[in-house]
Amino acid sequence: MSKYLKSAFVALSVLAVATPAMAGKFDLGREATAAEVSAWDIDIRPDGQGLPEGKGTVAQGEEIYAEKCASCHGDFGEGIDRWPVLAGGRDSLKSDRPVKTIGSYWPYLSTVFDYVNRAMPFGEAQSLEPDEVYAITAYLLNLNDIVDADFELSKQNFVETRLPNEANFIADVRPDTPVIAKGAEPCMKDCKPDAVKITGTARVLDVTPDEARKQSGSLD
Amino acid sequence: MSDETGIPKTTTSRRRFLGAGLALGGAAIAGKARASEGEAAILEKKDWNQYLGDGVDARPYGHPSEFEKSVVRRNVAWLTADPVSSVNFTPLHDLDGIITPNGLCFERHHAGIAEVDPAEHRLMINGLVDKQIVFTMADIMRFPRENRVYFLECAANSGMEWRGAQLNGCQFTHGMIHNVMYTGVPLKLLLEEAGVKTNARWIMPEGADASAMTRSVPLEKAMEDCLVAFKMNGEALRPEQGYPLRLVVPGWEGNMWVKWLRRLEVGDEPWHHREETSKYTDLLENGKARRFTWEMDAKSVITNPSPQAPLLHKKGQTVITGVAWSGRGTIDRVDVSIDGGRNWMPARIDGPSLDKSIHRFYLDFDWDGSPLLLQSRAMDSTGYVQPTKNQLRAERGTNSIYHNNGIQTWHVKANGEVENVEVS
Repeated sequence: MSKYLKSAFVALSVLAVATPAMAGKFDLGREATAAEVSAWDIDIRPDGQGLPEGKGTVAQGEEIYAEKCASCHGDFGEGIDRWPVLAGGRDSLKSDRPVKTIGSYWPYLSTVFDYVNRAMPFGEAQSLEPDEVYAITAYLLNLNDIVDADFELSKQNFVETRLPNEANFIADVRPDTPVIAKGAEPCMKDCKPDAVKITGTARVLDVTPDEARKQSGSLD
Repeated sequence: MSDETGIPKTTTSRRRFLGAGLALGGAAIAGKARASEGEAAILEKKDWNQYLGDGVDARPYGHPSEFEKSVVRRNVAWLTADPVSSVNFTPLHDLDGIITPNGLCFERHHAGIAEVDPAEHRLMINGLVDKQIVFTMADIMRFPRENRVYFLECAANSGMEWRGAQLNGCQFTHGMIHNVMYTGVPLKLLLEEAGVKTNARWIMPEGADASAMTRSVPLEKAMEDCLVAFKMNGEALRPEQGYPLRLVVPGWEGNMWVKWLRRLEVGDEPWHHREETSKYTDLLENGKARRFTWEMDAKSVITNPSPQAPLLHKKGQTVITGVAWSGRGTIDRVDVSIDGGRNWMPARIDGPSLDKSIHRFYLDFDWDGSPLLLQSRAMDSTGYVQPTKNQLRAERGTNSIYHNNGIQTWHVKANGEVENVEVS
């Protein structure tokens, strides 16, 4: 190593040690201010990280819900038209028509708080005060028979309030269908024992949009 | 034909004239009179043979021929409550090659299309980093760039088909996919610019739209091949695809490719937000649900013929074509069956074979005019073979909505009409 390179190397190492907070190799962007980070950093985790100070009761939540949520989700979380159903559906997950609600399916209460806070009411996102979000969340718990009508949800008791389906989420185990050796040939001949029969057709349900059907129906 | 000045008009005014039906009617009569001599398409002079067309200033941003106006994204109104939080579908049966034109890339948004002013757009990186950092678009354009072609498939693509054949058209059964070339900055470079702390394990991208979309992405994937993209197929991202900035998560479900990307939080645990708990989890028959099912498994579909693209030419030489892709690599082979999966013929893959990109396949085929049960079966570079729908149902039941990559069957009838069917 030449003397010049050696001294340049030393200088670079010193620089790297001396300024860890200025890690940027390209020296692009600027440091975010505390106010900027708190303006955007609204996410909540299951361990409570991110929860704001605040509290709200089931009764307060019912009032806000009736005003701001019920027109889509229904007075009891039953869902109007195709808007999401928020309550009920317990013990339906193994049925032909599972109803996936906060009470029947969602694993963590933090998800409810986070989502209501970031994206609801639909078309007026991020307009709710923390106490209102606590209250709506408390009411949704009550609609799902998880807490009593006199319950108050707060930052302090949030993490201990659990949803019933938490334990039923498992890891991805795919591929769960056959994988063969790379380059090997999959079955090419007589892969099914008998001649193949049609067992169902889309026409039975007949739910294809009209415009597309007109396009394809010109042969009849 | 010309106006009273004797100067031929541009096609715009000529079209208005033709709209009166006089010229069209005249052409039809003339065509009939000469039928014995040959085709009107040759014997008749067409307008475009004689008259001048639009000048270069008429179409500053070009658009397809008016004869292609049926080639559009379509939605299925009953699927969702409101078109503002809904999906439409890429017209796969009208496309060829591997690249999806920008205006035809399917859309899925949760709070409508955000119209973001790039001058007012910022990307923040916060959380477990040495320096919480803010980039302007101009800053991002100064990082080293890469160009990569990747497919983006919604995990719910074909999700309506778990219980049986439902929608007649590959646009609807398979159209929640597009494949474009992205230009962007490796996410790794942006994260390194902020300095990731040693206890970091996850990142959380967040969108600037009114749904403020969030997902948890493992740091390993973020550092491996994710891009923060600002161009698609050479031009700026379309607003409906996240203009001015979106995350690219190669091979993984489309919901993670957060659009209108404004923030990346670095953390030590996943966030378990709505789109990775209530949605995008795969409910099994026993009531358990798989979560963090990110990769899109190998899949293929025949796009022509298909219900929206019947075989109108009767028997004889026929081009069977379709698309195949895998979130775990390239496509090594595609086989085609005409008897519902009993016997298979290798198809020909033509065009670039790129990692985590759509591949185009063809089977040049002499159709004898008898009914067919057409299927395609993809195999990827890991040896994964696209399963049948019944194999998937045996493993997962019919309630999982997402990740239905089963083999599709089209019933081609003797009259050339095609229907979506299920087979034994």
